Amino acid sequence: MPATHHVFRAQLTSARRREGFIFFLFGAATYFVLLCGAVVIGTIVVRGAGTVFQARAPFINTTFFTEAPESLHVFQYQGRKMELGDAAFRTFEAAHPDVAKGKSDSYVYSAGGIFPCIVGTVLLVVGSMAIALTLGVCAAIYLNEYARDGTFIRFVRLAILNLAGVPSIVFGLFGFGMFVIFFGWNVSLLAGWFTLAFMVLPVIITASEESLKAVPKGFREGSLALGATKWQTIIKNVLPYALPGILTSSILGIARVAGETAPIMFTAAYVVRDKLPWQVDKFSDFFFQGVMALPYHIYVVSSKIPQNEYTERVQYGTAFVFLLIVALIATASIVLRNRLRNRYKW
Amino acid sequence: MVITAPILMDTLPSAPTIRPATAPAPAATAPAGQAAPAAETLIDIDHVDFFYGQSQALHDVSLQIEDKKVTAFIGPSGCGKSTLLRCLNRMNDLIDGTRVAKGSIKIRGVDIHQADVDVIELRKRVGMVFQKSNPFPKSIYENITFGLRLQGVTNKARLDEVVEKSLRGAALWDEVKDRLNASGLGLSGGQQQRLCIARAIAVEPEVILMDEPCSALDPVATAKVEELIQELRTRFTIVIVTHNMQQAARCSDKTAFFYMGKLIEYADTRNIFTNPANAQTEAYVSGRFG
Repeated sequence: MPATHHVFRAQLTSARRREGFIFFLFGAATYFVLLCGAVVIGTIVVRGAGTVFQARAPFINTTFFTEAPESLHVFQYQGRKMELGDAAFRTFEAAHPDVAKGKSDSYVYSAGGIFPCIVGTVLLVVGSMAIALTLGVCAAIYLNEYARDGTFIRFVRLAILNLAGVPSIVFGLFGFGMFVIFFGWNVSLLAGWFTLAFMVLPVIITASEESLKAVPKGFREGSLALGATKWQTIIKNVLPYALPGILTSSILGIARVAGETAPIMFTAAYVVRDKLPWQVDKFSDFFFQGVMALPYHIYVVSSKIPQNEYTERVQYGTAFVFLLIVALIATASIVLRNRLRNRYKW
Repeated sequence: MVITAPILMDTLPSAPTIRPATAPAPAATAPAGQAAPAAETLIDIDHVDFFYGQSQALHDVSLQIEDKKVTAFIGPSGCGKSTLLRCLNRMNDLIDGTRVAKGSIKIRGVDIHQADVDVIELRKRVGMVFQKSNPFPKSIYENITFGLRLQGVTNKARLDEVVEKSLRGAALWDEVKDRLNASGLGLSGGQQQRLCIARAIAVEPEVILMDEPCSALDPVATAKVEELIQELRTRFTIVIVTHNMQQAARCSDKTAFFYMGKLIEYADTRNIFTNPANAQTEAYVSGRFG
């Protein structure tokens, strides 16, 4: 078969070769990132699954989700190796007094579950997002709808952007100095809420402003031309249409608030606390109590206590649950966002 | 806000609040020309200079807009016709750095740029229809009732009545009566614009300002809106800005020609198009420039 020769015949020129190579690099970079993510999540899921799931029904390790952390006691009894949590160990000891004579090792936090941490993290996320959204949306409305553009407002915007770049440990120290010491709130939910809220505020303000900007000018003019005040226009004919966008930004905020350790380690997190948040004497105490939190618990069990095979289980198990919870909260926000979006389509 | 508006409220007679929907139309068939007897001046624009920041958009514009007439503003882009229109309900207030530097605009004798005029009350009396139709992303029913709800009307029967009356008034009732709860955005372009007109007349304004209401519509939809203007002219004072000279000729009683921020000529529409006094006007209406 004779080679066809025509002007459009494909040729492998050096420009084409270079193009192919460059595209390969770009593709490789993308898949490398994907691979990294998969390795991180995969490791946590695979190694955490042993703690979170179990071989017998109900297949989920309910203790891990419903109990507080306990010390694990490992000892030999009648030639068998026993692993018991603190409470169970005491009962066993009372029933078999000879155990006390034998050698027993105990490992802190390695038994029981992480229920107080889950509760603490959810409380921290909900409270701080409520504060951040309220403040952030108010600020965005002011900046976008009321403030006249000028040097001062430009300076305010610049300050907000810079705030987004401040490391979270600095927010933690700020919260410690401001809320914990100066306001005298001690290590408490309230101090944690405000510290975390301030940390995500810049993201929320900037994104809310963009969402407000995206609402067509015609909606505002149409409403004003019917004799609405500016406030009526904003509340009835601008804000509802900006809400889906605002919620999108808050989903990112949720992941950050739930995940940051530095801001809460000085302001809200306890290493261990026996009482659950609702076990308070009077209602106002609720806001002034410290809580356990998932990221801080991971930090404690992986760096503050002696490491061994037993603590490792808790580390991976906690990380796995942590990922699940963040995914859960984010999914809930996405569902809410999509509902709003369908309701206010334009 | 109502407390701050006594001046305008007191001065404007209460007559325009409720009019019969099917008022007799004395001059509906032949708009361009019939000189109605004893036309009353409703809006008196007196030597107005208007600035956007440093640049002057209107130069010493004076004209009187007559009650229950259709007045058209024509002229090439950037001639100031829309600017003047937006002065009449102070929509220019929304733009930073705008100001009426000289002169006054009086509606029934009240200078609407005075500090004691409540702009909210003004805009209830002077409604507006925009170039780009802007139905709110709500149901047709909610679009129409938006203005009334703002005024605190919650009576369902009253709202229903106004919705029907306004939609009939905007010649849209038959097309949408079965889907009042559907989104206003689901309507066609021409229907959307008529919905905006219905929304404007629902609050019973005295004046309706129309800023190139047909520029985004096809010829059939344009014809419908023009027909509608003919019906509305018996009940409202209409000021319409248009690029389309045939439209001005077809549906207005008086026409003002603007050029470079100046009012060049203002006269009966028939005269503007058949026998303009000014050479520039003639050049423009005959299509030689602009």
